[in-house]
Amino acid sequence: MGFEKFGRKSFTAITKVGEYVDKLESGEIYTTHCPKCNKTYFPPRMDCPGCLSGSLEWAKVPATGKLVTFTNVNYAPTGFEGDLPYLLAVVDFDGFRMFGRLSSSMQGTDIKVGMSVKPIVVNYDNGQIAHEFIAAE
Amino acid sequence: MPDKDVAIVGVGQSAFVRGYPGGIRELCFEAYREAMQDAGISSKEIKALIVCCAPEYDKQRSPSGLINEYLGLNPSPTFMVESLCSSSTTGFAIAYSFIKSGLYDVVCVLGFQKMSEITSQDVQERMGRGADVMWESPYGTSMPSYYAMYAQAHFANFGSKPEDLALVRVKSSTYGQLNEKAVYRKKVTFEQIMSSGVVSSPLKVMDCCANADGSSCIILASADKAKEFSKKPVWVMGVGQSNAPMNLASREHMRGLECARIAAEKAYAMAGVGPQDIDVAEVHDCFTIAEILAYEALGFAKQGEGVNLIRDKETYLEGRIPVNVDGGLLSKGHPIGATGGSQIRTIVLQLRGEAGAIQVPNAEIGLVHNIGGVGIYGNVLILGR
Ligand SMILES: [Zn+2]
Repeated sequence: MGFEKFGRKSFTAITKVGEYVDKLESGEIYTTHCPKCNKTYFPPRMDCPGCLSGSLEWAKVPATGKLVTFTNVNYAPTGFEGDLPYLLAVVDFDGFRMFGRLSSSMQGTDIKVGMSVKPIVVNYDNGQIAHEFIAAE
Repeated sequence: MPDKDVAIVGVGQSAFVRGYPGGIRELCFEAYREAMQDAGISSKEIKALIVCCAPEYDKQRSPSGLINEYLGLNPSPTFMVESLCSSSTTGFAIAYSFIKSGLYDVVCVLGFQKMSEITSQDVQERMGRGADVMWESPYGTSMPSYYAMYAQAHFANFGSKPEDLALVRVKSSTYGQLNEKAVYRKKVTFEQIMSSGVVSSPLKVMDCCANADGSSCIILASADKAKEFSKKPVWVMGVGQSNAPMNLASREHMRGLECARIAAEKAYAMAGVGPQDIDVAEVHDCFTIAEILAYEALGFAKQGEGVNLIRDKETYLEGRIPVNVDGGLLSKGHPIGATGGSQIRTIVLQLRGEAGAIQVPNAEIGLVHNIGGVGIYGNVLILGR
């Protein structure tokens, strides 16, 4: 249990990487790394398809990454209408990429592909928790 | 010359409509009837039925059993395949291998979707679950927002613009008006497209295709059977398939769809032809940006230069490489499981010289590019006469 708290609305409760949410709750953003293959994965996973290991290590996500792309969403699937408009993005951390929202505080600002952003932990009003990104400067 | 061992001997398609006035079995029969009449064969000849659809839209569990019965094909075998919007070209690839292996000599590929089978609220709910439900859906994702991120990246990397996307819709509308099976037959102007509301920036309402109900049916046969049935068989020259990570975060770049590029490479290699040999193509334009990405993945243009083809009207009927001259998904509508079969039908009619007002003169080799999800499943087919 525990993963049902991830994101604005979760569709999954049980996973071997449920610790992701515990780490978010203590204000930290981690993903997983295979020391044998020297590969960092996002989304985090415990199983490595390279060496078949089943117990990868948690590794801290770097403080800043680069915005690969984004969109401002005006039309939402069921359950997300109350958040409109919201920003979705892909961020590059030199070796792996993360998906998530850009902070709602960036709405209306000049957002550019390639800009520097940092991952942050966001607590939603319904008790849910997730990582988002915000302009680094 | 194509290898002449697996042929298409019959094609059919229902009208693509909003709210089909019948059940899924009846919807499927519309395309089946047309394909069987086209092939001129009786149901005894069909040795297997492959049903292609995205089953989350159906109330009926395991629809292939019901449809096989309604088409009168018992006791021959049937099953269902799913790869989202590319389901019927995936079914086609399986049918090809059945015939090539000798297991069955005539196979029917039936794609359908009755998207009005469930409420629009339920469609909206399913829309959000087409991504990784663990890591991406929890942020409120949808098909338009994913393609919008590909558009934004294309704009940033290559300098393409919203106006270029609008030109794709103008072309689609030009030919959609001529297609009596299309759901959207109104003429739309550049100004109307540019002033339509934003769905997910930079994509606007008119950059997106419409949901529709529809069915398609393709009948494949071995060389011996094709010679027996058909005066104008169309031969399968190349079948290429590839799959990219479902998570956007797991993909190495956002410059284009890798599943399409790799599928094209495989299809060209199998057919022994290149992009310069293609006379007419049907590509998966579920969004305007998707058509630009297809030009580049298929090698009709270099990466980043796809917009030049639409700016110079090279993909119109009179151009160097006519693309989606049946109106594409943008005008025909996109009944998920039926879409790939509809694309195949258009190319078959072109290669037989039976495409009417949209006939590309003397078309000999045609290509189908059908994508499942936002670049998750890529299928490319090359057909020849
Ligand atoms: Zn490993």
